Amino acid sequence: MIAIKTEELTYTYSAGTPFQKTAIDHVNLEIEQGEFVGVIGHTGSGKSTLIQHFNGLLKPTSGRVLINGTDLWAKETNLREYRFKVGLVFQYPEYQLFEETVYKDIAFGPVNMGLSPAQVDERVREAANFVGLRDYHLQKSPFELSGGQKRRVAIAGVLAMNPDILVLDEPTAGLDPKGRDSILGQIKRYHRERGNTVLLVSHSMEDIARYARKVLVLNRSGVAMYDDVAKVFSRAEEITRMGLSVPQVTRIFMGLREEGFPVSESVYTMDYAREELLSLLGKGAGNHA
Amino acid sequence: MLKDITIGQYFPGTSPIHRLDPRMKIVLTVAYIILLFTAQNAVGLAVGVLFLVLVYGISKIPPVMILRSLKPVVPIIVFTSVLNMFFIDGRVLFQWWILKLTAEGVKTAVFMSVRIVCLIAGTSLLTYTTSPIALTDGIERLCNPLKRFKLPVHELAMMMTIALRFIPTLIEETDKIMSAQKARGADLESGGLMQRARALIPILIPLFVSAFRRADELALAMECRCYRGGEGRTRMKQLKIHPRDVWSAVFVGACLVFIVLSNLYGARVLEQLGLLLRSV
Amino acid sequence: MEDIISAERVVFGYPKEDNQLNIVLRGVSLTIPEGQFVAVLGHNGSGKSTLAKHFNAILVPNEGKVTVCGIDTTDENKLYDIRQQVGMVFQNPDNQIVATIVEEDVAFGPENMGVDPAEIRRRVDESLSDVGMTEYRTHAPHQLSGGQKQRIAIAGIIAMRPRCIVLDEPTAMLDPKGRREVLSVIKRLNRENGITVVLITHYMEEAAQAERVVVMNDGELLFDAPPREVFSHVRELKEVGLDVPQATELCWQLRQAGVDLPGGILTEAEAVAAISDALRKKGVGAR
Repeated sequence: MIAIKTEELTYTYSAGTPFQKTAIDHVNLEIEQGEFVGVIGHTGSGKSTLIQHFNGLLKPTSGRVLINGTDLWAKETNLREYRFKVGLVFQYPEYQLFEETVYKDIAFGPVNMGLSPAQVDERVREAANFVGLRDYHLQKSPFELSGGQKRRVAIAGVLAMNPDILVLDEPTAGLDPKGRDSILGQIKRYHRERGNTVLLVSHSMEDIARYARKVLVLNRSGVAMYDDVAKVFSRAEEITRMGLSVPQVTRIFMGLREEGFPVSESVYTMDYAREELLSLLGKGAGNHA
Repeated sequence: MLKDITIGQYFPGTSPIHRLDPRMKIVLTVAYIILLFTAQNAVGLAVGVLFLVLVYGISKIPPVMILRSLKPVVPIIVFTSVLNMFFIDGRVLFQWWILKLTAEGVKTAVFMSVRIVCLIAGTSLLTYTTSPIALTDGIERLCNPLKRFKLPVHELAMMMTIALRFIPTLIEETDKIMSAQKARGADLESGGLMQRARALIPILIPLFVSAFRRADELALAMECRCYRGGEGRTRMKQLKIHPRDVWSAVFVGACLVFIVLSNLYGARVLEQLGLLLRSV
Repeated sequence: MEDIISAERVVFGYPKEDNQLNIVLRGVSLTIPEGQFVAVLGHNGSGKSTLAKHFNAILVPNEGKVTVCGIDTTDENKLYDIRQQVGMVFQNPDNQIVATIVEEDVAFGPENMGVDPAEIRRRVDESLSDVGMTEYRTHAPHQLSGGQKQRIAIAGIIAMRPRCIVLDEPTAMLDPKGRREVLSVIKRLNRENGITVVLITHYMEEAAQAERVVVMNDGELLFDAPPREVFSHVRELKEVGLDVPQATELCWQLRQAGVDLPGGILTEAEAVAAISDALRKKGVGAR
């Protein structure tokens, strides 16, 4: 099934003024249900604008957005439903926390959905568990927590709505490597267990390579590529020309190929790189002996 | 989008009016207000109007902007005019029930309206042609003598500058927080007054928390840049009085003198003019 | 060369509610000679920012001593001498710009120091050109990108003519382009203007470009050595929640598996050269 589909989606900021700017221009896109998609593109490529269309925060200037096959804007009264179907985690989401306790903050979404207290309680505990928050955290004030923990609370607040589609805009910005790995690991686990569609916007090609299965590359207000990770990163030259980069291991392998070694084109994770080199070194020794 | 709101009314430009010293502009604006209210007859008021037309012309501010600045005061003008027209005693032009339209009333109403229009258009010109920072700077320097009376002039000016600096940042932030809460199903658009007020809590609390955090960090950054109040501070941009500042002051002064004279002798001049016209 | 900053067995804790101290620095000793480019690494809460705040007397030690340009930081009379010598740039570019016009903001520091107006003008122009922002001098800060704002913040510091700049995660909130811009400005200031740089970061690629890397863990120094040496301790770095550049990690993993590679590889080019050598030695020929 197609989870997200856009048809000629166009959005223009400040239309009719001298500051008019088309942020996304005739975007056609189909994302399958259950996919884990990495979204990349330099600042100003239209990433943020695009993802805010998926839950109806922005209304297309022209074109359509279809979620699970139905047009988001067909009936505006249903719009709020899509906010729960498509969970959107903004950049630095910890700045949105406002409740007295972590529990209440995570419950904000589920309560807005109109769930019963028992259901809300279940959702909150489940979501907290996913991001590694313990019971004693739940009764604390979110403002007492460390930066990384606040970030988890904010993400849990969106997970608790149990969205079909989860969109995260740079969820690890400003975190240290340990915090980054643990949050991305939790998102990965959430995806695996729930089978939901996940879109991960990130500037880190290493993270995209490690977690995503497909990559959506945005450039100049449009979709430049949408393909499997390996295929996208094998087009390193094009990606570099867009002002983006490929993972460092991929660049090392490009260097090795330039040196004339028979290494494969689509290496993008550490594990794959190590295995390939080891087998090559092992085999090379064998052949020569 | 909240982002589309423009802050301040400054219209960047390089006209002679833009280049006037901000202190001089503030003083002259005050002088102009005095001028408007000292004018007692049509001649004086006509000078006031002509002056405004001339200055707007030089500044190259689109005339539409005058209308925009007047919009909020239209109800006041209408209201006071109606009151004046019917409630000032004098020669009755028209009577209906207890309402009497008097010649004196009409005259006062017209004078009042012209004064208010000129007042608003004149002060708007100040903000149209002076950047907020130049304005703050001008006010700070003009108020400098007040420091002797322990008025924290520098601190107030610094507060104004910082407020101007952070308004766009906080507007953008409000926008972001609103989107984020809407993404969690916050309903900001429907419900009664109480419900709507309550719906603002998830926006206002993060906004306050963030404003305090920013204030804290800014204070630290200012301290690291050796800020310790106004004492011993120098300024990169020195305000200097140029010949054009002097000439504009002379011009406004001349207008003022003319109006005072016309107040004293205006009635006679008008009489003479009337006689002249009739004889022709 | 003369030491700009010297910390001797610094102990520091933030006061808690019960009047106890929450100890963050546990006896840190460190000297930074003039002209050096030092990167400080450490996970969140390792004490790296707290240490940095001791370098221009925002914080003073509970025990031990910090000397900046020969001045003890507890000497309150010399507070502004210290702040002028050691400038500080923070993480959030929005929260350190004071004025509504770029050049006015750069002038803020020198104005506070009471510098002569003509001299301020000269310094502002020079500082803006040093960070490559001259053409934006009359812009409003909110019209700029994150990287540009951070460069303005740096210009505002160097207009004070400091001998040292301490940057507390200046690139954490920037996109890759902004990060590159800021880092290249920092490196140029160090190289060409001879300004001592202390760069706090958790981007390993940035730390790899420094002359010296200090790794903090739980309020203590774990490593203090050139990057090549520090990044050869891959396992220890991972244990304290840090990363190494992928080039370093790949070569390290190959070495662990018994491949004969040199240690302490930092860059892609080095990795390519080393792996190529290993492949050739094993007879995996180039086509």
